[in-house]
Amino acid sequence: MSDRGIDRSGVGGGLGALLRRDLRLALRQGSDTATVLAFFVIVVSLFPFGVGAEPQTLAAVGAGILWVAALLAALLSLDRLFQADYEDGTLDGLLAAPAALTLLVLAKCLAHWLTTGLPLVVLSPLLALLLNLPEPAYPALIAGLVLGTPVLTLIGAIGAALVLGARRGGVLLSLLILPLYIPVLIFGVGAVEAAATGQGFRAQLLLLGAFLLAALALAPFVAAVALRQAAE
Amino acid sequence: MNPSDRLECRDLACLRGERLVFKGLSFALRAGEALRLTGPNGSGKSSLLRLLAGLGRPAAGGIAWNGASVADDPDAHRRRFLFLGHQDAVKPWLTTRENLAFWAALHGAAAAGIAPALARFALTAQARLPARFLSQGQRRRLALARFAAIPARLWLLDEPTTGLDEANVATLETLVAEHCAAGGLAVVSTHLALKLPGGGGLALADPAKADLAPAGPAGARAA
Amino acid sequence: MSARLHALANPARFGRFARRALPWTAWLAALCIGVGAVWGLVFAPPGATPPEGQGETVRIMYVHVPSAWMALFVYVCVAASSAGALIWRHPLGHVLARAASPIGACFALLTLATGSLWGAKMWGAWWVWDARLTSVLILFFLYLGHIALTHAFDDPARGARAAAILALVGVVNIPIIKFSVDWWNTLHQPASIIRREGPSIDAAMLAPLFLMIFGFTFYYFTVWLLRARAELAALRTRALKLRLLAA
Repeated sequence: MSDRGIDRSGVGGGLGALLRRDLRLALRQGSDTATVLAFFVIVVSLFPFGVGAEPQTLAAVGAGILWVAALLAALLSLDRLFQADYEDGTLDGLLAAPAALTLLVLAKCLAHWLTTGLPLVVLSPLLALLLNLPEPAYPALIAGLVLGTPVLTLIGAIGAALVLGARRGGVLLSLLILPLYIPVLIFGVGAVEAAATGQGFRAQLLLLGAFLLAALALAPFVAAVALRQAAE
Repeated sequence: MNPSDRLECRDLACLRGERLVFKGLSFALRAGEALRLTGPNGSGKSSLLRLLAGLGRPAAGGIAWNGASVADDPDAHRRRFLFLGHQDAVKPWLTTRENLAFWAALHGAAAAGIAPALARFALTAQARLPARFLSQGQRRRLALARFAAIPARLWLLDEPTTGLDEANVATLETLVAEHCAAGGLAVVSTHLALKLPGGGGLALADPAKADLAPAGPAGARAA
Repeated sequence: MSARLHALANPARFGRFARRALPWTAWLAALCIGVGAVWGLVFAPPGATPPEGQGETVRIMYVHVPSAWMALFVYVCVAASSAGALIWRHPLGHVLARAASPIGACFALLTLATGSLWGAKMWGAWWVWDARLTSVLILFFLYLGHIALTHAFDDPARGARAAAILALVGVVNIPIIKFSVDWWNTLHQPASIIRREGPSIDAAMLAPLFLMIFGFTFYYFTVWLLRARAELAALRTRALKLRLLAA
């Protein structure tokens, strides 16, 4: 069967095109990234008002505050992942495209992490200063977030795909996703606290890495299944 | 394009939620033919096009391309058609050109075809303009420009003429005629009296009048 | 209308099966729970007298442990039904999952409540972040999410499909969550509810405990069958109503 005129290198080009498009859209509508970062800063800043501003108190709970705030900020940014495409018909176009949907989802998650997760990682040391986090904890914090934030995006993609078209999708997404985030939270904070007390934190980082590999392998496929049944 | 391409639907039934939209639908389309879908609102024109585009599974019956069931190899099916739904899938913050370039790249079409496609639908002047400045008719033309830029054997068009003026409706008719003359197939749902090659039509029944009992009459048959 | 007929034919068979099975499950449930409760709450030996043991308080175990077991078992049932619906397209899968989920949520809540009472009696604290209790709390959230997702769509079929995917994602995550919570718990070392009585549960306590577990399981099957039958009847009523309105 001749497919005259169709470029055979379509798949890789298609993924690259989707990645570039999402990055371009995020950069031009830059308010999304800024909003997520602002939320991160504000939530972290609320805690001294809540738990007291003594440096020792803040240092003791700092790891937890930073991670919970990062989690909530990541959650907030998730509706950007599929909702706009669902509403303007692009999702139908992606579902009807020749490229594998699993790979397209992976490309979207990568674009989402680059414009949401990565800025959170970059901002986190500054906020750690606000919370008087001890110095040895910084590498653990950054490494943990680098490994953990992509997992948040990937698991979040499943949730975001499931709630397309639901009533009160935003709140529902939180209810669905936050329990699944707990293991990442536990080991992310565990790494920082271990480092803060001078212990080794390699085990926690290795576990986060394992979560990341598992999420990379499974989440895009599940999200693709969820997207297909959303369009039915 | 292969002159022996053939699209067949056999006893197709579609459920939307808990509502049976149509059942017992059958037709056959050959290379060079365009099928015109007509019918009142809610009769299932969009649902049928979506089923043909693989956006949902039929409740009963099957779709076959050249004798092979489409459900057996959905990847191959996606490589052979282009689908246009009600919505334009135009991103307001990308330029006109960037919108079209994205879809061309996604379908593996050559980048050289983008400028001619835009020219075909009189969008060359707006190529560098962000799409949020386009009127509704211009967005529809941008969505249709995909069909000029990306080669495909089967075209699935849902109300393509929404918001188009006469000149652009004529452009669309010419485009479909050229596509069919080269051996392509098309299924077009429309309210207008579009000039489509092949002349075949499928009138979907009004669901309010359809008998929903199992032994009731089937949906309309192809002309 | 082969698709709808297919779905309607099975429910008739299911209705007959339910009618036959229900008396059995109901009576077995009543028997096991009746005997187990009386045995455990009245006749079984108490724990070692305080402060070494928990004395009479340990009897909460006869409700707490079976509830925890059921909360997990029901989730596995929900996941299995969801898999049946999604992978093998079994027409009853979605109905069974939707019927089972609230029951599991109630068992989880019962576990949390009895755990709270236990903790209140033992340490005067109304909640301890014990590894098992925390895991059940997260399981409770998973149930709530599943139920919420099922009812979040105007189209019930869409809700059922989305919830089925969620159930499968959840069941894969449960071991990961349990592992993580156990690890977290060892770090922070709060009091453990069952740890003290764990290895020293003697045989006299085990028998009524297993009776209660069986009893709860039969009770769950009874309620599950009743709910599934009701769901199918509701589906049928809706289909008939639609037909009437269209005619």
